[in-house]
Amino acid sequence: MFKYICLIVSKLRILNMQLSNKIKTINKNFWSFSILFLLFFATFQTTNATEENHEKQKFNAGEMIIEHIGDGYEWHIATIGETHLSIPLPVILFQDGKFVSFCSSNFHHGHESYQGFKIAHEGKYKGKIVHLLTNEKGEEIETRPIDLSITKLVLSLFMGVFLIAWLFISISRSYQKRGMAAPKGMQSMLEPIILFVRDDIAKSSLGEKNYKKYLPFLLTIFFFIFINNLLGLIPFFPGGANLTGNIAVTLTLAIFTFVITTLSGNRNYWTHIVNAPGVPWWLKIPVPLMPIVELVGVFTKPFVLMVRLFANITAGHIIALGFISLIFIFGEMQPALGYGVSIVSVVFYVFMGLLELLVAFIQAYVFTLLSALYFGMAIEEHHHAEEHH
Amino acid sequence: MGIVTPEIGLIFWMTLAFGILLFILTKFAWKPILASLHEREKTIEDSLHQADKAREEMKSLQAHNEELLKQAKEERDVILHNARTIRDNIIEESRTKANQEYNRIIEAAKESIHFEKMAAITELKNQIATLSIDIAEKILKEELANKDIQKKHIDQMMDNINFN
Repeated sequence: MFKYICLIVSKLRILNMQLSNKIKTINKNFWSFSILFLLFFATFQTTNATEENHEKQKFNAGEMIIEHIGDGYEWHIATIGETHLSIPLPVILFQDGKFVSFCSSNFHHGHESYQGFKIAHEGKYKGKIVHLLTNEKGEEIETRPIDLSITKLVLSLFMGVFLIAWLFISISRSYQKRGMAAPKGMQSMLEPIILFVRDDIAKSSLGEKNYKKYLPFLLTIFFFIFINNLLGLIPFFPGGANLTGNIAVTLTLAIFTFVITTLSGNRNYWTHIVNAPGVPWWLKIPVPLMPIVELVGVFTKPFVLMVRLFANITAGHIIALGFISLIFIFGEMQPALGYGVSIVSVVFYVFMGLLELLVAFIQAYVFTLLSALYFGMAIEEHHHAEEHH
Repeated sequence: MGIVTPEIGLIFWMTLAFGILLFILTKFAWKPILASLHEREKTIEDSLHQADKAREEMKSLQAHNEELLKQAKEERDVILHNARTIRDNIIEESRTKANQEYNRIIEAAKESIHFEKMAAITELKNQIATLSIDIAEKILKEELANKDIQKKHIDQMMDNINFN
């Protein structure tokens, strides 16, 4: 329960930070790109808000939510009084054939441009770094460079990957050390899940014979999604990033599944796509209707994986943030109303949090299970051979 | 909408990070973990199997023991039965033999008695004959001396003869 209160308090701090804008910043940190990763965890950028420009803007729930579930060039942690705590992140851009790299604090929270780059405030590239060019007519044109910046989500991804790698390498050590003995500690917590993935996902979809080949991938995606979902539920640093609810991340995961499915497809799999057995010939010749449908199916499978994970996790974040936003919407009308609504909001938030814990597991399970089923379809042998001959 | 547009930067980092994670975990985590899980399961299964086998063996051993016991009992019964038969036979035989011996001895005794009796009778007859001759001689002598005395002698002598 205490944990949840903490989460809510820190959410409120972040929201408070959102409300104050037009901040002049004093950048105190310089860093070099090579030692960036060391500095990540040690350096906080402090910014002081000046009073004269501090004008309260109306709270916009939609904008706040979209900003929270999206990516960012710096990682806000909290605002204590007038001081904003945020981690500046490195910007890496590929523009005109060369790499440009600098600290995102140079943008001063998006209010200034740097080396001809700025964070767009509106338009197609809203919230992204754009390159400013002036054409012959004197108009400013915004172009998007290839952006390989270590954004909030990339940092969150790295931290998640490090956590997972550390967790499983350490338990693999204890397996090697303890040998035949019963599991202990972290090992005993993760072993049932590993066995669940092995027996109920891999073995049941791929069969006793083939499951071993795909098991490492299935375990990796399962724990990647599950642990990152859980990290996303923690509302403050180092969690809180909507990593598994980002379409680029789910797209990449789906592409991994798609590539493995396609590469492991056997003769039977391709025959089913090109010349599906048991289908009347006029659906194949002269108009190859069935092959087209089957081919579309090949691509819809990973597409559905991508959309399902993205939508579920993002929706969870939006709902949780929505409940918190209610407090501020009502609070702006009447402070007392805000306090009243906060009780209801917190109760609903806690309920959603518990539901999201379940969703975190279910989505990881579904993604892994469906991947396993697709692999199973790709390697399935022709079972009806005897009936035809 | 920004949130449904995948960013190339994130795809790039995600592919890299996930690829590395997949490689590292496969090599350093999943392989040893799955191997030791498999090994543990196999050991448990084998142990159970062996326990089952041992139980089975125990059972067959017990059955074998029982069989042996039964056979031993049967053998003992047979031996006892045989012994009893032999004993009976021996007793029977000895009894028969004893009877025969007895009969033989009795027979021999009887024969001997008969023989002795016959001999005695013969001797008695001989003695009687001799005595008779002697008496006859004395009588004849007395007769020749005195008629009354001769007669008295004969009576006297006749009285003295004991026939038994």
